[in-house]
Amino acid sequence: MTTQPPYAKPIPLITPENERFWQGCKAHELWLRFCNACAKPYYYPRDICPICGARDVTWKQMSGKGTLHTFAIVHRAPTPAFREDVPFITAIVDLDEGPRMMTNLVGIAPDPAKITVGMPVEVTFEDITEQISLPKFRPAAYP
Amino acid sequence: MPHPLYRGAAIAGVDESDQIGNVPNKTSLQLHAEAAMNALADAGIDKSEVDGVATAGVSPMQTAEYLGIVPRYTDGTSVGGSSFVIHVGHALEAISDGRASVVLITHGEGHMGGGRRGPGGPDPSNLAGQYEAPFGVLGPPYAYSLAAMRHMALYGTTKEQLAQIAVQTRQWASMNPKALMRDPITVEDVFNSRLISYPFNLLDCCLVTDAGGACVVVSPERARSIKKKPVWVLGIGEAHDHSMISQMPDLTRTAAQYSGPAAMGMAGVTHGEIDLAMIYDSFTYTVLVTLESLGFCKQGEGGAFVSNGRLGPGGALPTNTNGGGLSYTHSGMYGMFLLLEATRQLRSECGQRQVPDCRIALVNGTGGSLSSTGTLVLAAD
Repeated sequence: MTTQPPYAKPIPLITPENERFWQGCKAHELWLRFCNACAKPYYYPRDICPICGARDVTWKQMSGKGTLHTFAIVHRAPTPAFREDVPFITAIVDLDEGPRMMTNLVGIAPDPAKITVGMPVEVTFEDITEQISLPKFRPAAYP
Repeated sequence: MPHPLYRGAAIAGVDESDQIGNVPNKTSLQLHAEAAMNALADAGIDKSEVDGVATAGVSPMQTAEYLGIVPRYTDGTSVGGSSFVIHVGHALEAISDGRASVVLITHGEGHMGGGRRGPGGPDPSNLAGQYEAPFGVLGPPYAYSLAAMRHMALYGTTKEQLAQIAVQTRQWASMNPKALMRDPITVEDVFNSRLISYPFNLLDCCLVTDAGGACVVVSPERARSIKKKPVWVLGIGEAHDHSMISQMPDLTRTAAQYSGPAAMGMAGVTHGEIDLAMIYDSFTYTVLVTLESLGFCKQGEGGAFVSNGRLGPGGALPTNTNGGGLSYTHSGMYGMFLLLEATRQLRSECGQRQVPDCRIALVNGTGGSLSSTGTLVLAAD
């Protein structure tokens, strides 16, 4: 039997304010805060709507589809824990519903000639601990 | 009618710490203090006259206690590398209100004792730690490269155009004896330096050094009897529009779009009147996007604007004549050093790299992840 080395990259902390978001990710679903007053979803999870200031906010599941807003290819690992990953792709994604998220682009070679800003992407989840799955994105199967 | 705070204060003295570059045996606080005393000496002002202290990085209480100063005006505004530029604006306001007459602004950062600021720890209030660091976006090169790529994709800006900024900045550095990196470089040298986070190679990124810097801002009355010629503050502006890079409203336009017009409007100057631009250069892209955001060229046209030697020696817009954070020094929150060079140029103290007939300088500091900006328009006496 082999033992997995402990996950050494930064792990988000679950708080009462963001717990539902991470529960969604754990179930491999993307649930974002949604403002009942201005009828818009937003990211990251906050109990106060950053658009209109309302506290009447709920949660909604997103489609998980979006487009690539921008990307970069990391060659120098920011911490030793990332050394085994380089080169890897950092990315910002515009969800079809509007909000913008930091993520990694996976399932495609880290080659700037193969990656296009504006390309359709879809969410996929990486289980990193018992509680946390990170929302990552891959090229969409059907654009 | 001029703005009521127009020329409401002057920079009386500036200087670095005793050494800059690799200073392994001094704490950050020591670097603050050395630079402070050197800047006061440059102004010919005794520390007993200081009635205002502004600093970022360490608490102003530490700086003041270390130096034996009891200020009645304090500014601890800490919004990254732009902080010290913003402190000058705040000092002008305090001086105009009669709350202070000699404000000492200090910076110092060194790596002794592992004191270099690192990525945030597991603090649930640290938003970038929660929502960006898990994806490997842990620090400025990673954040800024994402913004640069968006500009390249939208406007066809090239890596070569970004590299041109590093090349021209190094030309200036070769004429600054205090610059750490002084050997000329080419675009090929930038391309051949190791990749950090594409589209950035190493030479697209600022240095990491140990350094202190300080600046003394005084009232117009006190400016009459300082050791050297005062440098007048004509206009001030500040803004920030996000914290995390993923939440930046437009990756190709910084908050300099707000702080720039505020400062230039107050000063009553147009772009064509600027003799010197001191633009925070944490990365090559920072210069390009800031020049656009300030309106030196249209959004998207920065690539062509920074090429053909415009920013270098003999160019139409001399920029970062000290060699910048890219080649002179960059100790973390570099903005202080923009003030030092602008002051020295406006006093015609820059020797070989002196910009001829330098009368008006624009200073723009950037902090965080392209988050905060402070703009100043400064003028020779």
